[in-house]
Amino acid sequence: MGFPTGLDEHMQIYLPIAEMSVNAFLLLGLGGLVGVLSGMFGVGGGFLMTPLLFFIGIPPAVAVATEANQIVASSFSGVLAHFRRQTVDIKMGTVLLVGGLIGAALGIVLFNYLKSLGQVDLLVKLFYVVFLGVVGGLMFIESLNTIRKTRKSGGEIKARRQRTWIQTLPFKMRFRTSGLYISVIPPVAVGILVGILAAIMGVGGGFIMVPAMIYILGMPTKVVVGTSLFQIMFVTAFTTMLHATTNFTVDIVLAVLLLVGGVIGAQFGTKIGLKMKAENLRIWLAIMVLAVCGKLAMDLLLQPTELFSLGVGGH
Amino acid sequence: MRYLLACLLMFPGLLMAEEEVVLGLSKKHVSITTTFDGSEILIFGAVKRESPVPDTELHVVITVAGPSRPVTVRRKAKWLGLIWVNNAAVEVDLAPSFYAVASTGPMSDVLSATENLRHRISIENAIRSVGAPDNVTDSAAFTKAVIRIRRNADLYQQLEGQVALDQQTLFRTAIKMPANLTEGDYTTRIFLAREGKVISHQETTIEVRKVGLERWLFNMSRQSPALYGLMSLAIAIAAGWGASAAFRLARRD
Repeated sequence: MGFPTGLDEHMQIYLPIAEMSVNAFLLLGLGGLVGVLSGMFGVGGGFLMTPLLFFIGIPPAVAVATEANQIVASSFSGVLAHFRRQTVDIKMGTVLLVGGLIGAALGIVLFNYLKSLGQVDLLVKLFYVVFLGVVGGLMFIESLNTIRKTRKSGGEIKARRQRTWIQTLPFKMRFRTSGLYISVIPPVAVGILVGILAAIMGVGGGFIMVPAMIYILGMPTKVVVGTSLFQIMFVTAFTTMLHATTNFTVDIVLAVLLLVGGVIGAQFGTKIGLKMKAENLRIWLAIMVLAVCGKLAMDLLLQPTELFSLGVGGH
Repeated sequence: MRYLLACLLMFPGLLMAEEEVVLGLSKKHVSITTTFDGSEILIFGAVKRESPVPDTELHVVITVAGPSRPVTVRRKAKWLGLIWVNNAAVEVDLAPSFYAVASTGPMSDVLSATENLRHRISIENAIRSVGAPDNVTDSAAFTKAVIRIRRNADLYQQLEGQVALDQQTLFRTAIKMPANLTEGDYTTRIFLAREGKVISHQETTIEVRKVGLERWLFNMSRQSPALYGLMSLAIAIAAGWGASAAFRLARRD
């Protein structure tokens, strides 16, 4: 990004909460890189940013809490845009949000319990390996199939809508914007799952929620992104508050640097994304997700060079 | 009466060491600012003496110790033969967050083991570990791990031969402190030694403090975390929204 490289050595910045000194351009660059990717693929990028922060040595607890804070900000402008286009189902968003808040609270309880046992790093990394592995793998297979099908038949992918057992559940509610009349149980359940992920992994959870909204709830595609951003914004705001008040791990200086880099990167990413084919984009995203998953898995599987780790007392 | 007189005559020699340290520091405060990237402190001084220089060799040892806090040391082991998991923990109850020991020569030449232990001078002696849980039999490995990890992070430094001594009188050394310092009072001690024995010592403190924005943010995050959380959200939203609004404007022109 056109910064004069001679400045780099002098741009160390001390992060007040992480209590370490990091190069400001490295953080802006990471923010920018993830921003480009999120602009290209239309994803939040939390699931890539948090592991990258682990890799540069930010303590996982700080990375997760700070990333939640960053996601609030990056989803805010997205939600505004969707409100203008009226592509937010507020009623459905609120039901998902109720689940999300319950899930986030459960997630924080689990997070803090494992922190007291000294196993929180393991918890966060295991969650990443499992979810990135499953999501990346499914995405990879699906986009390979799509590419094969489009080559054979020249397009036309059928929309799948499963609504057999969903229809039998009680507590039905009408969602006008989505044109649905379904039970509130599935959306609350989806919300809870996403809330847990937000608290433990420092992600928005769009990568789980968007497919769930389409395939499980049967929502129309045009309201899916706006509604999920609406839910994500409030759940990550709640998560940020929980981390800030129980663990004191939200680093605002880190969040702002990542954010500024991210906003700039996203502008470029969107332009690149428009020029690429959707199936090719998906397969590249899948490969990247699997690569991050692989790196984290190796860290757990291979014998570390230092078996010991230090934690300052009182935590 | 005669006995008392004898005592008084002997006293000055006992009370006043023949050689004393006069100490100087290049700075008494280290400020952690937003652009803090470590600090170097010059510690210097002179040996004041009333009598001629003795024949034996004079040595100077300088230690700088950060605030001590209990540290939990965890050890990973393979779990279910598959992944590496923390499975044993030992509480090391006193370990300085930073410790540098500089001397005019190799520690074994400068000080006897007993003097070293008495004044807790070398890194190994500055750390104190009491009880290990029953399932840990090799608690020494955990203390060693603290030293190894902190030494690799430049938080523990053994600087043998790094104190310069001129004409048996003027001494100086420079201690580099890394960027990830813990706040607090850093105790600086200077020892004069002859024939392996400490003959005089002097102590002072260097204050390491976060200042300005760093201090304000850190204190706020601990003292009023709810307010800090709300402020973080507001700042992040404003920054994100502002940056994308700026981009929209720039594109329109």
